[in-house]
Amino acid sequence: MSNQPAFKAIKVSKYFGEVHALSEVSLSSEQGKIFGLLGPNGAGKTTLVNMLSTLTEPTAGKLEVLGVDVINNPNQVRKLIGLAGQFAAIDEYLTGEENIYMVARLYHLSAKEAKIRTKKLLEELSLADAAKRQVRTYSGGMRRRLDLGASLVGHPKVLFLDEPTTGLDPRTRSELWDIIRDLVNEGTSILLTTQYLEEADELADHIAVIDHGKLIAQGTSRQLKSQLGGDVIKFSLKNKNDIEKVMAVLKPLSSGKIIYEEKDNLVNLPVGSHGSRKLIDVVRKLDGAKIETVSFELHEPTLDDVFLNLTGIKASEVAEVKKSKKGWRK
Amino acid sequence: MANYILNQITDTAAITKRNLLRYVRLPQLIFFSAVQPIIFLTLFNFVFGGALGSSGAAIHGKYINYLLPGIMVQVTMFGGLQTGIGLATDMTSGLITRLKSLPMSRSAVLAGRTFADSFRNIIVMAIMVGYGYILGFKFYKGILDALIMLAIILLFGYSLSWVSAFTGMKSKDPETAQLASFVFIFPLVFASAAFVPVSTMPKWLQHFANNQPITYAVEAARHFAIGTPLNGALWKLILWIIGILLVFVPLSVYTYRKRA
Repeated sequence: MSNQPAFKAIKVSKYFGEVHALSEVSLSSEQGKIFGLLGPNGAGKTTLVNMLSTLTEPTAGKLEVLGVDVINNPNQVRKLIGLAGQFAAIDEYLTGEENIYMVARLYHLSAKEAKIRTKKLLEELSLADAAKRQVRTYSGGMRRRLDLGASLVGHPKVLFLDEPTTGLDPRTRSELWDIIRDLVNEGTSILLTTQYLEEADELADHIAVIDHGKLIAQGTSRQLKSQLGGDVIKFSLKNKNDIEKVMAVLKPLSSGKIIYEEKDNLVNLPVGSHGSRKLIDVVRKLDGAKIETVSFELHEPTLDDVFLNLTGIKASEVAEVKKSKKGWRK
Repeated sequence: MANYILNQITDTAAITKRNLLRYVRLPQLIFFSAVQPIIFLTLFNFVFGGALGSSGAAIHGKYINYLLPGIMVQVTMFGGLQTGIGLATDMTSGLITRLKSLPMSRSAVLAGRTFADSFRNIIVMAIMVGYGYILGFKFYKGILDALIMLAIILLFGYSLSWVSAFTGMKSKDPETAQLASFVFIFPLVFASAAFVPVSTMPKWLQHFANNQPITYAVEAARHFAIGTPLNGALWKLILWIIGILLVFVPLSVYTYRKRA
């Protein structure tokens, strides 16, 4: 078990009827690391987490957690993992203490052990003061912490965190980040899904980008960013016909492919790191070539850029299209 | 093996406790569970009692003696049907997702819910017997038979909990689960011996009413409460209960396993 990857997916697909939620995804993560799974809403992140945590079976492919086959030995896998989902999976009408105690009993700790474990976890997550209060009186951040606590009861070797910070305010988010870092320092392996590049950047040792059920890129944060070309200067043209000239003039300054979004009349010029220094050069060049621009902006890479670069579609647009389709069906 | 059974028991107990705690924390659930049978008993007794008080439905001179066993079966059935609604509600929250990722028994989530709903049924039955006595009801066959009667009703309601667990698991949301249950339950309850003697119904309906489990449950309960003839209702009811459990326990657990 010691040399095995924390988790591994080999050509995993999941179809819901006609919908291909996941197509032939292969990935694997070393133990003791945070693996970030980055993608917009509906990309297939939760589907993958659900399969790795034994909730659903794949249509095709093979999944392993610490070398244990997920499909053939789900119960053994359940002893190795912890899962904290997008929605706090706790009972509103139970107290924080009762929630954790119940999970501890379900891990078959004796009543005494369960009591000790509950007390310790609540203290570690600074929920000791709220232990005897019903969860419905908790704040959003407290709920997430309690939910995380429930996933830690069984001392999981591999922890699946499905969008753990979605909907949290920045302060609560960074509190949760600290907890996650502590867990990794103690040796836990983590799979973290997120819609935020910033979060993957902050936490993950290795990032996989997923869209429409397909893995479209993976690597370290630095690798992905260099693939993106780092910072991007964005501007619009007063005269759209200037684009040929722009491409020629700015080519020597760009660190990657210059993309022109014709519909929005927006030039995306990747300039690598230290974009602010390049900004001056770019303005001078354009001025020298008598190209007039409308708006000018220095842009640090976001999830949108990852997607624009990899798929030519903005992540936010993907999410919006999905949303509007859903709404329309109703 | 011994360990396996022990774990099953621990898991079921933990889930039962959780569901019971919810009832304690949401006293309105218990309140309405208690008010509903009181309303039913009052309405049926005084609305139908006058018309039926002099017919075959007046045992020992009072309709309430005939009515109470019937209405207790009906109300515990409704109580059993809460199981599916509760499970469907849990399914829409994240809690079941967590429970499914734990190395715990697959049947415990369902069994724990059915047990908790049976506990609630015991409270409701106690209230009904108490209120029934105020309205003039009396056990005519002694304490042992009275306990058998309560056990019969409780077990029948328990078996229906599993039917309800199955529909709850199959339903996409709690509202559907509720509707699905009531579509089946109303014809079954009213076309039975619960409120009026079957002999007053048209022939075609009598065939149905005489051969369905609710009538068996009501007749068995009535026999042990007030001494009406049993007509083989007890063993037929027991067969039904065993049959329902044999079909719906595995079916529900299978659906629970498969449902994401």
